[in-house]
Amino acid sequence: MTALARANPPLTIGILILGCVLTFAVLAPLVAPYGVAEQNILDRLQRPGAKHLLGTDQYGRDLLTRTLFGGRTALLLGLGAVALGLLLGVPIGLASGYAGGRTDEVIMRVVDAFLSFPALLLALMIVTALGASTMHALLAIGLANAPGIARIVRSQTLAVKHEEFVLAARAQGDAHPYIMFGEILPNLLPPIVIEATIRVGFAILASASLSFLGLGVQPPTADWGLMIREARQHIFLSPWPLLCPGLALALTIVGFNLFGDGVRDRLAGRA
Amino acid sequence: MLRRASGAVLQIERLSVSFATPRGEIRALRDVSFDIAAGEVFGVAGESGSGKSTLAYAIMRDLAPNARVVGGSIRFAGEDLLRLAPDALRSIRGRRIAMVYQDPKSALNPSMRAGQQIAEVLEIHALASRAGAAARALELLALVNIPDPPAVARAYPHQLSGGMQQRLVIAMALAGDPGLLIMDEPTTGLDVSTQARILELVAGLRHDVGAAILYISHDLAVIAQVSDRVGILYAGELVEVAPARQLFRRPAHPYARGLLDALPDIDLTRAFRPIRGRLPDLSRLPDGCVFAPRCDFVEDACTRGQPAMATVGPAHVARCLRWDTVIATPPTPRAGPGAPPLPEIAAPVARVESLTKHYEEPGVLARWLGLARPPVHAIDDVTFDVRGGEVLALVGESGCGKTTLGRLLLRLLPPTSGALSIRRRQSGTEIKDDAEFRRVVRIVFQNPDSSLNPTKRVAAILERPLAIQGVPRPARLARVRELLEAVRLDVGYLQRLPRELSGGEKQRVAIARAFATGPELVVLDEPLSALDVSSQASMVDLLTELRNRLDATYVFISHDLSLVRHLADRIGVMYLGRLVELGTVDEIFRPPYHPYTRALLSSIPVPDPAAPASTVRLEGAVPSARRPPSGCRFHTRCASKIGRICEEVEPLLQRVDGTHWLACHIPVEDLRRERPIRPAPRST
Repeated sequence: MTALARANPPLTIGILILGCVLTFAVLAPLVAPYGVAEQNILDRLQRPGAKHLLGTDQYGRDLLTRTLFGGRTALLLGLGAVALGLLLGVPIGLASGYAGGRTDEVIMRVVDAFLSFPALLLALMIVTALGASTMHALLAIGLANAPGIARIVRSQTLAVKHEEFVLAARAQGDAHPYIMFGEILPNLLPPIVIEATIRVGFAILASASLSFLGLGVQPPTADWGLMIREARQHIFLSPWPLLCPGLALALTIVGFNLFGDGVRDRLAGRA
Repeated sequence: MLRRASGAVLQIERLSVSFATPRGEIRALRDVSFDIAAGEVFGVAGESGSGKSTLAYAIMRDLAPNARVVGGSIRFAGEDLLRLAPDALRSIRGRRIAMVYQDPKSALNPSMRAGQQIAEVLEIHALASRAGAAARALELLALVNIPDPPAVARAYPHQLSGGMQQRLVIAMALAGDPGLLIMDEPTTGLDVSTQARILELVAGLRHDVGAAILYISHDLAVIAQVSDRVGILYAGELVEVAPARQLFRRPAHPYARGLLDALPDIDLTRAFRPIRGRLPDLSRLPDGCVFAPRCDFVEDACTRGQPAMATVGPAHVARCLRWDTVIATPPTPRAGPGAPPLPEIAAPVARVESLTKHYEEPGVLARWLGLARPPVHAIDDVTFDVRGGEVLALVGESGCGKTTLGRLLLRLLPPTSGALSIRRRQSGTEIKDDAEFRRVVRIVFQNPDSSLNPTKRVAAILERPLAIQGVPRPARLARVRELLEAVRLDVGYLQRLPRELSGGEKQRVAIARAFATGPELVVLDEPLSALDVSSQASMVDLLTELRNRLDATYVFISHDLSLVRHLADRIGVMYLGRLVELGTVDEIFRPPYHPYTRALLSSIPVPDPAAPASTVRLEGAVPSARRPPSGCRFHTRCASKIGRICEEVEPLLQRVDGTHWLACHIPVEDLRRERPIRPAPRST
């Protein structure tokens, strides 16, 4: 670990942050001092103290507990949305780049059309059309991520498809799907991993934004965006309900970005 | 030729360089000593991994961060470069000592015009004013024999051919009027004809510029052409230093002798056999002579302590205990005839009729709008047969269409017009079914670095063609082991990734993959050009053995005529998409020659400094295949053009003798009277 810390500080710090976030998110039900929806109307908007380490919100719910559970939602949404984006974007980009010619033109123009919307606006439109819920937020952010991933994968495919091993595969009678997924895709993994890790951070931010607007996660589920939304009205009475999820959100995103940068530095030599 | 009186420009004394790696210390150079005088070309030869480039970078003081000069000195014009302060070093590097690298493309700035790049060097070293630099740039371009310097000065690197780019790099190196010029494999990526002209240029520079030149190459034939003296580097040790003529006539070190024997000698006088074994692990060197494990002359004394440099003759030293025996042993003769006898006229397995391939054929819309650009004529109206059991070589400069032809044969590209049929050798039936075609017709690509998927292990690479053909898994595993054995790799290689193999080993895996399905026709697309000399010879052995064992037919695509002479039965010479000559190896190497064949033959470097310089030179680059010249496509570069007929009428491929075909307007009788370029081989 010390050798890694010296060689690649961003990766080390990223791993440490994400390790903490992940551990607390997974262990939230065990380590949280209170129930996630447990209200204590007498202890509303408390400052941090012995009873509530990070204080309480306007319903008297424990902020530490809420923040820990919010991490679960954030990770679920972030990872889920990127996974969905990969599931759609990778095959589209791969097929487009490999097919080339007119097929590539048509697919890429459609992808460009999607890319020309800001991702959040696209997600907003999808949620507005489908209705606000956690799953719809995941779907929306996943769909919004797909075009960008498709573009990256396509450009990488173009670089790899002219290698002689692709020609060698054709010369021995390999079918096109096998060449795409069996020969080309393994060579694209480093750039895809880099892209995905960086996108998780943004996906978490986007999901928090949707929740903040009331279009994502619905109460009483613990979610950082939602917590910030609810805390906004009481900001002058107590900053803690806003600070806790806000800092957790910032820390997690910084963690993913550092991790992504670190992974890129590490894989760049091999990619 | 040796102007020793002027004193040594570069003196290297007991230079040792080590690399620190996780596996331990790699002693890349050990006790290397030599000097180079002004106006002298010192050639350094050796296999890859012998430390040639480390030597060059050590002199440039540009070693990797994990490298360390462990001992010795490098004196340039009396100054010890190793003790020089960074400032003083910067004023020497690039000006007094200049380097020309292998790949001109990466040495040039793609966004800067040629003239500017040279002027920049002059301005950085404050050698000329802005206006003076531009004028001097033109002079330098003229010095490196670039025709029309003002036009080239305005061109961007990508608009220049590979040979022109390398000239430009040389011009940049000469800008500071260097005392020492280091050339690291400057012709390795170039065509034979281009290479011949760059070598001429280097030989000329010695007289015109008077710089000391350190010329590094793995190709002894090239070294022979340019060097006054030669040093042979093996596993980081300089094992022999000798005047060029001495070294090529009477090599005293068994390694030098082995390198010469490994060359595909075009005149078929030497053995053309590989040096056995491989370079030792430089982190665990053997006791005694480093070459002992691979040496044919080894005796007990060789394994006890490193041999001292023995004086063989004037200016000739060798690090060998038995040098007198080595010198006294006559050159290893060739075993058997050069190429196996041509099989009796066998039925064709491939028939190519008026095959034409044009790239970028303009679309209907472009034609209708009048925006059509002419297509690239990669292959134009080519007709020939490949006979069952023969090795047919296709030769020509890059851009002649030979690779396209190989891909057409494999049905990897659809032809624009013409017909191509492949038949089974035994039954004579034409192959229509795709799966059968893929099993029977196979290809080995030029570059094993790119033809093996870097993410797949050797076992998976070799299993795949069998899986496609529906071979069940247990049988596949057995067959993969057999294949590995056939290409002489042990089973330990099964779980390796391509990056864990050497270049030669990778190509062996690629060959094993091609032979996995028991093919009848194998297209070999320059399979040896990416390999070291010593592995070339063993690869030719392997290909010959496989062919004999499997009774396969080869189409061997190559630009290297010396190699082709060792392997082929028949040769087809291609120029700009056309077949200009076709015949047996003897017919091609003997008059009548097509003027293009003659030029190619005389461009080949011969590992003998006393050999006469080439008489026929190919001027200029291959013209654009988008607008091929009218009439005979070769007329723009032909030394024996006879008149307007060459510019106006396309010559047809006509039968000269039984199996010899030529496409030229010059009467055959005139061509027949020409002097042979190469002496007739002894064996035939």
